[in-house]
Amino acid sequence: MGLLDFFSRKTFPHGIHPPEYKAITQHKKTLRLPFPERVILPLAQHIGAPAIPIVHKDQYVVRGELIAEPSENALSVPIHASASGSVREIDLMPGPKGSKVMSIVIDTDPSSPQIPVSGKCQDYTRMTPEQIINAVKQTGLVGLGGAGFPSYAKMLLPKDRRIHTIVVNGCECEPFLTTDHRIMLEKVDDLIRGIQIAMKAVSAERSIIGIEDNKLDVLEAISPRLPADGRIQIEAVETKYPQGAEKMLVKSLLGVEIPSRGLPSEIGLAVFNVATLAEMGRLLPRQQGLIERIITVTGDDLTHPGNYVVPVGTPLQDILDNAGFTGQEAEIILGGPMMGLPVASFETPVTKSTGGVLILDQHAYKPKDILPCIKCSLCLQACPINLNPSELGMLANKRRYDVMEAQYHLNDCFECGACSYVCPSNIPLVQYFKIAKTLNRERHIQNG
Amino acid sequence: MAKHPRIDLRPSPYIHSPLTVEKIMRNVVYALLPLVSFSVWQFGISALALILVTTFACLGTESLFCRLSGKANSLKDYSATITGLLLAMTLPPGFPLWMGAVAGFVAIAMGKTLFGGIGFNVFNPALVGRAFVQAAFPVAITTWTPALAPNRFVEFIPSTLALPFMKPAATAEWSAHVVDGFSGATPLALMKFQGIMTDSQSLFLGLTDGSTGETSALLILLCGGYLMWRKMLDWRIPASVIFGTAITAAVFYFYDPSHYPSPAFMIFSGGLMFGAVFMASDMVASPVTPLGIFIFGLLVGFLTVIIRLFGGLTEAVMYAILFGNAATPLIERYTQPSIYGARKKEDS
Ligand code: SF4
Ligand code: SF4
Repeated sequence: MGLLDFFSRKTFPHGIHPPEYKAITQHKKTLRLPFPERVILPLAQHIGAPAIPIVHKDQYVVRGELIAEPSENALSVPIHASASGSVREIDLMPGPKGSKVMSIVIDTDPSSPQIPVSGKCQDYTRMTPEQIINAVKQTGLVGLGGAGFPSYAKMLLPKDRRIHTIVVNGCECEPFLTTDHRIMLEKVDDLIRGIQIAMKAVSAERSIIGIEDNKLDVLEAISPRLPADGRIQIEAVETKYPQGAEKMLVKSLLGVEIPSRGLPSEIGLAVFNVATLAEMGRLLPRQQGLIERIITVTGDDLTHPGNYVVPVGTPLQDILDNAGFTGQEAEIILGGPMMGLPVASFETPVTKSTGGVLILDQHAYKPKDILPCIKCSLCLQACPINLNPSELGMLANKRRYDVMEAQYHLNDCFECGACSYVCPSNIPLVQYFKIAKTLNRERHIQNG
Repeated sequence: MAKHPRIDLRPSPYIHSPLTVEKIMRNVVYALLPLVSFSVWQFGISALALILVTTFACLGTESLFCRLSGKANSLKDYSATITGLLLAMTLPPGFPLWMGAVAGFVAIAMGKTLFGGIGFNVFNPALVGRAFVQAAFPVAITTWTPALAPNRFVEFIPSTLALPFMKPAATAEWSAHVVDGFSGATPLALMKFQGIMTDSQSLFLGLTDGSTGETSALLILLCGGYLMWRKMLDWRIPASVIFGTAITAAVFYFYDPSHYPSPAFMIFSGGLMFGAVFMASDMVASPVTPLGIFIFGLLVGFLTVIIRLFGGLTEAVMYAILFGNAATPLIERYTQPSIYGARKKEDS
């Protein structure tokens, strides 16, 4: 990497440069945590209809066994037991979004060797795209980068659409988080296999892995192992938040824009997160279900921050115990500090799309008084979508939610939080926008 | 793990840039201090007294209105301090102190509080104060006194201490007495009425007569540059004001160089540089949209030249900026940024 190269690194306009805080965990190899006493598996860990339980109370299940089937008529994926043990209950439990959600609770069997069941080995190179897509659905795989969109659904295309390029998102632009980084160093074969599976499923000609230039060690790890045919490439882009948003990464790597409120497939692209593809590459050949994932446990008040493999459904309590949480008062966040969700209960489980558990105490930003907008235009210079958060914020203050939507593109805001981050008046802009969107949705429903 | 740790709940994002309003404003004050010192060095204790009076008038008015409206005291955000300093810098150094106090009061009362305080002012408050005294005291505001008078640190300019509503002492005689041959005309006036051009270099360095702080372009650029470097001042505003001034002046200059001043003269004379860097860039009263910022700057630059050539002198920059402030909502309305992935009309 020459100096010139560094300065001409591809990127997207606007965005912000928050401190990275990745040094806490980025050099820590992923370790497996002991099985928790109990796992809590929400039926809806994905965008779409909740899965339907096929087990009953007190039934003994084996790790990897199918316990909930996808709902038939809608977007949905199955759920597999992440630990051997008996079903304690199927009931409302605290979910990652705050409200209680229907979940299957399994009491782990301490005497079980916890060997996962798997199906027959399958060779994806001999499967048709339809077979692959169906097999991906059976793994229960969803986007592991946070959104939880069922992975198979990204590969199902309307007749008139074709995907020529798969963009593999290895940016991990959220501060603190390092799971994707570790996966790209430790699971290169799974990742490359996953990319090839996805390419085959959508008949893509090529794919390109995009990483931020704060992870150049990944280039060294992956480049030599890329297939010789050159159909998979890797490229570093500028380290800047929110580089890992699919719209931004596509712009940075390929110079194209995903149409407003449209899908990448409209311009012949599909975007997958590296963790998702690495799981695809691991699970699909063995016909296994998604039962564990890697998370970063990081932040303040921890004696053992690190990257850990945990069964899906592990309650936060167990994770914090293992990571040596010593705090008295803290903020606990599922995900990163920019877009993560605050949690209110130590019973909240890690789900398929939880990328990290972040504890903020000393690093927490203590919000001060909210001042009026001084029109400094910093938020406009931060917004990667090129919205006008200043105007949107003032409209929100006046409760002009309809105008925000009709004239100021409220619905193009993807809630990255860059505007709130920079606002010197401490205006919780993104919070306003989330509220406005919710109220607009309700209004539209009422109006039919 | 402790038995019952407390969990704090708060919406994302959980981290924040270190830049706050208070910090921005505080740094603007820092950036103004060298300019303030320079003008005190140039004009002596009269300038110092004037700066103190306007600043305290602004602070006093702000806290008075805060108390009246029952709002939290907003003095600590430094914005009133900035208004006071900016105001002093636009007044003639021998401006009677009591008039300075009036200007400060009006700046905050009418320029800011009337609109609802910080963030809501339509105009730059300092300019509102200045516009008021311009109209109320037309003579005092165009009475210039010499820079670098030898006795400036021991003696007030006679007009400084004028009593309210009394005829100020005759400053002209005093000026002529302290500096031989002082004409009482600023470089701009010399240009306009006598066709004398002051060379751009002394304008640039600020060794000429003029308002308290609007004379050293070099120092203004250095102080403004500091703020721009700290990302506390939007460089695009001064840049486009200067650009607008330059091209407008250039058009006239090339049309008839013997009649009209050069662009360099226009840029470095009078309060243009100060106005561009510290006045037009008032965040609240200028547009936020990228195209809007550019248009605003061009407009201010254009109007400055036009008013200077065909209208009044000292007030050109001030009126140009006030007009730009007034036009800001309209400019913003038509310059909303086009968003990422915007679809063309036909396919949405
Ligand atoms: S960053 Fe905050 S203060 Fe600045 S323009 Fe945007 S909303 Fe207003
Ligand atoms: S949260 Fe929305 S408005 Fe704010 S920067 Fe992100 S996309 Fe733009």
